[in-house]
Amino acid sequence: MTRQRLTPARLGPSDVLRTGAAGLRTRPARVVLSALGIAIGIATMIAVLGISSSSREQLLRQLDRLGTNLLTVAPGQTVFGEEAKLPVEALGMVRRIGPVRTASATGTVDTTIRRTDRIPEAVTGGIAVQAATADLLTTLEGRVVKGAWLNAATETRPAVVLGAKAAERLGITRTGVQVWMGERWFTVVGVLGAMPLAPEIERSALVGFPAAEKYLGFDGHPTTVYERSAEESVEAVRAVLPRTVNPENPEEVTVSRPSDALAARAAAASAFTNLLLGLGAVALLVGGVGVANTMVISVLERRKEIGLRRSLGATRGQVRLQFLAESLLLSALGGIAGAALGGLATAGYALSRGWPPVVPPWAFAGAVGATLVIGTLAGLYPAMRAARLSPTVALATT
Amino acid sequence: MSIPQPEQLRVVELREVTKEYGAGVRALRGVDLLVERGELVAIAGPSGSGKSTLLHLIGTLDRPTTGTVRIAGHDVAGLSDRELSALRARHLGFVFQQFHLAPGVSALDNVADGLLYTGTPLRARRERAAAALERVGLGHRLGHRPNQLSGGEQQRVAVARAVAGDPPLLLADEPTGNLDSAAGAEVLGVLRDLHAAGTTIAVITHDPEIAEWCPRQVRVRDGRVVADAGAGAGRRPPGPNPKRTPEPAPDAETAGAAKGAPR
Repeated sequence: MTRQRLTPARLGPSDVLRTGAAGLRTRPARVVLSALGIAIGIATMIAVLGISSSSREQLLRQLDRLGTNLLTVAPGQTVFGEEAKLPVEALGMVRRIGPVRTASATGTVDTTIRRTDRIPEAVTGGIAVQAATADLLTTLEGRVVKGAWLNAATETRPAVVLGAKAAERLGITRTGVQVWMGERWFTVVGVLGAMPLAPEIERSALVGFPAAEKYLGFDGHPTTVYERSAEESVEAVRAVLPRTVNPENPEEVTVSRPSDALAARAAAASAFTNLLLGLGAVALLVGGVGVANTMVISVLERRKEIGLRRSLGATRGQVRLQFLAESLLLSALGGIAGAALGGLATAGYALSRGWPPVVPPWAFAGAVGATLVIGTLAGLYPAMRAARLSPTVALATT
Repeated sequence: MSIPQPEQLRVVELREVTKEYGAGVRALRGVDLLVERGELVAIAGPSGSGKSTLLHLIGTLDRPTTGTVRIAGHDVAGLSDRELSALRARHLGFVFQQFHLAPGVSALDNVADGLLYTGTPLRARRERAAAALERVGLGHRLGHRPNQLSGGEQQRVAVARAVAGDPPLLLADEPTGNLDSAAGAEVLGVLRDLHAAGTTIAVITHDPEIAEWCPRQVRVRDGRVVADAGAGAGRRPPGPNPKRTPEPAPDAETAGAAKGAPR
């Protein structure tokens, strides 16, 4: 006797989702609680990645704004290990290099700056006194927040411009104040803003070269030459700088590129970030165990439903698929909530620090992937148990 | 209706079926049973008689230890678990004592889910579910959830779920066991209408009154069939609802006919 072959009907994707969601809909509190574990894990990881890449983005944008074409020239050491000096003519030589657009110099003056002559000389507050050429501010692309920069008149007079940190340490918020430098009073004529590429200037009190020589016994040797050239010729300029500055002893000259430090900071993933990522991964794992636990309980509670579905014609595979879909949905819910939460946390933190909020797309992709893997792993064992259950035993459950 | 071959008439065919659980627990000790298309059969017996085991075997939820079980012409022994699932999806409908409705899901969707494993698209499932609910007299309760329905209505929803796909055989396991007599009468009324429309129904019950109500009784005791009116006897209409139910009058004549019928 030939009969039609019995082939179980396939469930379409939407039906698989419907059966998976059916188990979740009736137990909302449990769904929320077990999805929460996944959400916390995903949110932590997204926020950690987001905040660290927002901070990196901030550094890169700063770098873009500041430019990478600034080089500094400083004296190194002689072959005998003594402190070298740059020649007095160093600045003029640098200005003669073709691609150099602008060059300026500072020279350390061996004196201190104090609010009054009553303060002991040892209390310097870490502020260096430096002679500066009049075009220093142009070369560094810095700006004055109060008063004015040195001009042809003030650079010959006992006038001083303070770096941002120096002003803060001295407690000076306005110009016109008298400060004690060397053996006489100087007048504060300006205060500078922040200088990310030249933090040493932020901690300096700057006087004009002529004034430094006249009132403070400055010897005229520059200690740092700042120069900017066209972006594409930075390397070429860098190569010729030592010989140009000090033709007799080029090895006594150190050239550096301040933007390199910023770039290195941007490139470095801190150990702290990795630690937090690890913490997030642990939270995710715990969340996965929570989902697995929920699913095992769900299978135990729903033996009758499993029996009914088998009697309606569900195959073992279809029962397995239903519980796998439920587990996947559960962890996907957690994943979506976590991704949203992590994104919000990143945005909130970044905006509060004035950073551009950035979450790398691969972090979201990774979150989706992790969620799917966790959902599958957590659902596999409960789903197998559900599928193995014999229909008569399942139906006999009281 | 063309004259069907006798084989095609047989919906249930059990030959020398035994079933043992574990070591030496013999639930069935050689059962022969033939149910033909269009019958309404009671499988009756006290608890422990083996009638539940019989239900599981007829419902292909379990396999016999020895003997042959043929459902709608398919020999269960030759079928894989997947094929048995497909057989249940297309040829069998189950009604359970405990209804087994999904809580929080409308009557319509509870019934529609009964067709989930038949490969019917969702829209068609809902249409057929609505028609099935209409058939059991619940056309006005489509959107109600189980907790908004009375016990009798819930069991009628379960019956609608079982018959939505027009299966050749409807198995009802103690369908009135959890219901008071009025609600029980509702459900029996629905079964009677389905039978009148041609559905083959096997009611498993321990209640003698419900057994009496069916035109054919298969009495099971200690794993054996001890009384059976024989295949085909179940085609007659059932008796009036059992006398404890408050719905006696309209079927008095049929009742007389059934009573007078030979056993």
